[in-house]
Amino acid sequence: MNAVRQGDDHAAIDGALATLGTLFANAGYAPVTTPHLFEADTLIDLYGEDIRGRAFLFPGAGGGNELCLRPDFTVPVVRAHGANGWDRAARYGYQGPVFRRQPPGATRPMEYLQSGIENLGDPDAATADAQVFALTLQGLGDLGAGPLAITTGDLSIAFALLDALAMPAHRRHQLRRHFWRPQRFHQLIAQAVAGPTAPTPLRARLIAAADDPTAIAAIAAQAGEPLGLREIDEIAARTSALANAATQPPMPAEQAELIESALSINGPAGSALARLRALTHAGGTDITPALDRFEARLTALDHAGIDAANLPFDAAFGRKLEYYEGFVFEITAQGRPDLPPLSGGGRYDAMTRRLGATRAIPAVGAMIRPEAVLAMREGPQ
Amino acid sequence: MTLTLGLPSKGRLQSDTIDWFAARGIEIARTGDSRQYAAQARGIDGLDVVMLSAGEIPRELAQGRIHLGVTGADLIREHIPGWQTCVHLATGLGFGQADLIVAVPAFWVDVETMADLDEVAETFRARHGHGLRIATKYPNLTRAFFQLKGVADYRLVDSQGATEAGPMNQSCEAIADITTSGGTLRANNLKILTDGLILQSQATLCVSRAAEWGDGERATLASLATKLNQPLT
Repeated sequence: MNAVRQGDDHAAIDGALATLGTLFANAGYAPVTTPHLFEADTLIDLYGEDIRGRAFLFPGAGGGNELCLRPDFTVPVVRAHGANGWDRAARYGYQGPVFRRQPPGATRPMEYLQSGIENLGDPDAATADAQVFALTLQGLGDLGAGPLAITTGDLSIAFALLDALAMPAHRRHQLRRHFWRPQRFHQLIAQAVAGPTAPTPLRARLIAAADDPTAIAAIAAQAGEPLGLREIDEIAARTSALANAATQPPMPAEQAELIESALSINGPAGSALARLRALTHAGGTDITPALDRFEARLTALDHAGIDAANLPFDAAFGRKLEYYEGFVFEITAQGRPDLPPLSGGGRYDAMTRRLGATRAIPAVGAMIRPEAVLAMREGPQ
Repeated sequence: MTLTLGLPSKGRLQSDTIDWFAARGIEIARTGDSRQYAAQARGIDGLDVVMLSAGEIPRELAQGRIHLGVTGADLIREHIPGWQTCVHLATGLGFGQADLIVAVPAFWVDVETMADLDEVAETFRARHGHGLRIATKYPNLTRAFFQLKGVADYRLVDSQGATEAGPMNQSCEAIADITTSGGTLRANNLKILTDGLILQSQATLCVSRAAEWGDGERATLASLATKLNQPLT
């Protein structure tokens, strides 16, 4: 729980919010507000049931739609943008409390302030990424935060690799789908390398009947009465997919190794880029466009006055939340593991489509937690 | 010093619990008429017995309002977030066994495992416009299990009774529910997924870590442990 704030804290927090608000407004990010409370459907569709462990959801009155206390600003800000038309560029700045469930016993606050920006519709991704990152660093600097520990990543590189490697469509689809669940992802790779396992007797019968809808229907009818929304033709369609998957060749060990090696790259961004170019070249794979975009971002960051080649880069960073899918970063207080991240952000073009845009529009944003920055300045308790 | 023991206030769980203590030399008898919720324990000093609904016992243990309680391990794990910090599942009593499982329509012959369920979830959404709905009264355990198994793209729907009829009524596609013999599942044309066992539960004597534990309370607990011939800490 948050303690009651005393007068000095209030002044310090108001001061920090004013500093960031002015910085962002001067950079062209128009201040917007969003409701604290909104219908939870969007969030559940976006994040799945796991969101319930992270956000506060509760039933609406009289059995109405479930409601949610906003766990961040990005979803409501982007939705409000879309309500007035997706196909336009806009920059928004926001400030206010967000609400997160914490695991039992955790000391992190369940309500805290965010001050952040969203940059929508800018077709020059490298420059927009660099600008958002540079502005965030400047905000932290203006608040007196330091020393900082920075982690960056770029999830589009892993997706480009999965797209470029030769593999059955079903396998590619599964790996893409479970990229966000690293444990399951590694399990899928291990299974793909090991090759198909012996089917259960039921599965063997089903696969033998794959081309014969009548036979599939007979097997299903023998197992039980049809019930529920899922119909027999859906079972037949999946049976075809299963028969197909059963004939897939195993994943070559070199391919699995290439995926795992690429995902385990961790070091200064400049040498990570070189390593990714060398690794994919040696593996006979071409993800040049994705790596060129990475390089363009590093150049844009240089132009923004940041030593881009030495930014810490972790190829697997950002896999925990199904949200970002390109550039991603987090900034923490060095030597203060007791504090939450001071800032985080990244690119989320694909999410705009899931929020209603007819195509993915360019979108990148970041937020700063002023209370965490003030706690850093005060020193360990 | 006096320890408070919370027992289920009615039904088979209550009578089995009383029998279990009796077999170990502790007689529990209700005081007054059977509608009152107080009882006495004979055969040991310093043990107060209160009758509570089985569903209340986890919370009372977690808050430390009772030192000991008998309830299903499933209820502790479902209803007390971070239960390990405040409740110790001291000993299973050997009755009230129940499995919390994931079951789907038996005619889904293409679905045998949780991984199958995950693959089906995606095509189901494309066809029907929403993710698979899983009915349960154990949302916390179910969500943790689905996460562990890497299943994405589903919705939990609350079901407080007759859960196994949900798929038939088209209010859900699959269920996560308690079963003892599987008979009700079969009668409703459902089958358990081969790796769909979420947890095995039984009536359990629990010790609250949140209650007041002075030297006197610990001494009484030690003599109870001796009497029951069970380690309780």
